[in-house]
Amino acid sequence: MFEILEKKSLNPTVTLMKIAAPKVAKKAEPGQFIILRTDADGERIPLTIADFDREAGTITIIFQIVGATTEKLNHLNEGDCLQDFVGPLGRATETEGLKKVAVVGGGVGCAIAYPVAKKLHELGVEVHSIVGFRNKDLVILEDEFKAASSKFVLMSDDGTAGEKGLVTDALKKLIESGEKYDRVITIGPLIMMKFVCRLTKEYEIPTVASMNPIMIDGTGMCGGCRLTVGGQTKFACVDGPEFDGHLIDFDEAMARGAMYKPFERKAHEDTCNLFKKEVK
Amino acid sequence: MPNMSLTRNEMPVQAPDVRNKNFKEVALGYTEEQAIDEAKRCLGCKAKPCSTGCPVQIDIPAFIARVAEGDFAGAYKVITQSSSLPAVCGRVCPQETQCESKCVRGKKGEPVAIGRLERFVADWHNAQPETEVEKPASNGHKAAVIGSGPSGLACAGDLAKKGYDVTVFEALHVAGGVLSYGIPEFRLPKSIVQKEIEGLKALGVHVETNTVVGRTISIDELMKEEGFESVFIGSGAGLPRFMNIPGENLNGVYSANEFLTRINLMKAYKPDSSTPIKAGTKAVIVGGGNVAMDAARCAKRLGAAVYIVYRRTENELPARAEEVEHAKEEGIIFKFLTNPTEITSTEDGWVKSVICQEMELSEPDASGRAKPVPKEGAFVEIEADCVIMSIGTSPNPLIKSTTEGLDTQKWGGIIADEDGLTSKEGVYAGGDAVTGAATVILAMGAGKKAAAAMDEYMQKK
Repeated sequence: MFEILEKKSLNPTVTLMKIAAPKVAKKAEPGQFIILRTDADGERIPLTIADFDREAGTITIIFQIVGATTEKLNHLNEGDCLQDFVGPLGRATETEGLKKVAVVGGGVGCAIAYPVAKKLHELGVEVHSIVGFRNKDLVILEDEFKAASSKFVLMSDDGTAGEKGLVTDALKKLIESGEKYDRVITIGPLIMMKFVCRLTKEYEIPTVASMNPIMIDGTGMCGGCRLTVGGQTKFACVDGPEFDGHLIDFDEAMARGAMYKPFERKAHEDTCNLFKKEVK
Repeated sequence: MPNMSLTRNEMPVQAPDVRNKNFKEVALGYTEEQAIDEAKRCLGCKAKPCSTGCPVQIDIPAFIARVAEGDFAGAYKVITQSSSLPAVCGRVCPQETQCESKCVRGKKGEPVAIGRLERFVADWHNAQPETEVEKPASNGHKAAVIGSGPSGLACAGDLAKKGYDVTVFEALHVAGGVLSYGIPEFRLPKSIVQKEIEGLKALGVHVETNTVVGRTISIDELMKEEGFESVFIGSGAGLPRFMNIPGENLNGVYSANEFLTRINLMKAYKPDSSTPIKAGTKAVIVGGGNVAMDAARCAKRLGAAVYIVYRRTENELPARAEEVEHAKEEGIIFKFLTNPTEITSTEDGWVKSVICQEMELSEPDASGRAKPVPKEGAFVEIEADCVIMSIGTSPNPLIKSTTEGLDTQKWGGIIADEDGLTSKEGVYAGGDAVTGAATVILAMGAGKKAAAAMDEYMQKK
């Protein structure tokens, strides 16, 4: 069993948890993910590792409450235990040879973008972080990003935090102003990553996107997480989760991501109703 | 006086149109009377041809003789001298091509129902009150087993009986490998698998789930840092193959592995499951092996009309005859000599139909089976909202890519000698990880062989 050592609400729909998982913490690297189950009948869900502490033996996860399982997860508290927690899975972010990188995060994806920015910063890479949120209430990890970046741009859809606009606007402005990046790393909603990749393609800047598809085992066994990259089928769990953003078929990935939407919506509602009843 | 009936005792089964709507076990097992009657059909041949057909050489006439006498405990003892998983093998072994194919009674009439008797004996044993298992005295050596499928469980069991301190590492949250995630409940109840694993734990075997060797820990770390003197790799062949045809990544297309894992491991067939599954209203299963039959019969139970599309004819079906028979009885429709070339899409990215090339058979190919060749210009379109690709699996590359000095075949299989020894000292391998997808009993046999070799290696060390 894997104890929740710390729980913090980052915004109304995003929660941070520090989990005791020494074996996973020993090996974890930025870019990798874990799979967890909250209870004995729970589904397996993948979450990218947001931070780790090898000495303390902990893994930090940050998740958005979007479905039944994340709802259940959010109802657990410090001292509670997770049924299963396995990892680290997938390949770590490649950092070799990088000198100047733009890290582009959107929404809860920033939780995954942050450890990448942090690692690059520690390696002496010049990091420019561009993060976007819908509004000021949803902003997470602002101070952390600032500490790990030589340039930090905050964007919001409604202008209530940082500048009004999209992350692609900010990225374009930086590129146009003469910033030369040897790589762009983007993590966030598929639609955002699609447009980031489209933009960087124009400027021929190598770009990596971190994919988070539907998954069961996370070890290459089910193929549920497959996506098309450069015309070839790849498994996000073992070949990724990061891929060459200019080769990913984002439209297919978006369609596949929506495969169980009606089921998930109903499951989430049922779970919420269950918790409401318990409260009464 | 032997029972000279030419036909075997029928196995009671759930009626086809009842069972194709539930996930309960199809075959119900012999009663004591049926078992004794069937056992009396055995002539007790001195040469034991049946045993030569058994990959783990169970002394078949000896155990059947005990059954005939009503000494079921004695029969169980005979079987477990050679087999680690009798309740499993009695259900899923292809006996018709192994022990039963060599049975003298089969020359005129039906062979003795050896598999059904094995199952009966194991089930009888499991129904008895638990007896305290004596833990073997420790010999002070530590061994690791990677994967808790049939080969790993067999290897772990044999090593534990010799006094080794054995730890089995399993990537998933439940032990059992393909017995848990792959073979459906209606063919192999999961309670039986868990009972076998509990039996191993009683012998002192540690089972660590949620541990992906190659990610959570490497083989080198197991040996250098964790003190395991020898390692057995039984990681199976879990990587699903796809056809690489257009439309294969549409919504509604599954690998058989994913479809079966959702159902068997995650229990998606239960109405309150938190894991979703969509078998649709019309499912097309591509392939003709046992896994294809399992996937088809699961889809049927989830309410779909089910078609199996296979590029050869019924004669070449690699699945067990019994599975094909069961599938047909349950209303699954076979489309032979058809091979998918494209999956078409609805406007919102779901499967709409499968376009298939009609085939005909020509000369036998390297596998000895008649080779299917396309029939010029002949195509059929099968409407479907679910497609399950069941065209085989290959070994998972994770261990190979994270273990230095471990040689593999071009197609991914780990290279191992007769005893299971790999190119790396102290590291053994067996089962599907070495041979590619095969049977439970062959994997079990390989696990046992490797256990013997590992014992010798560690004792010499």
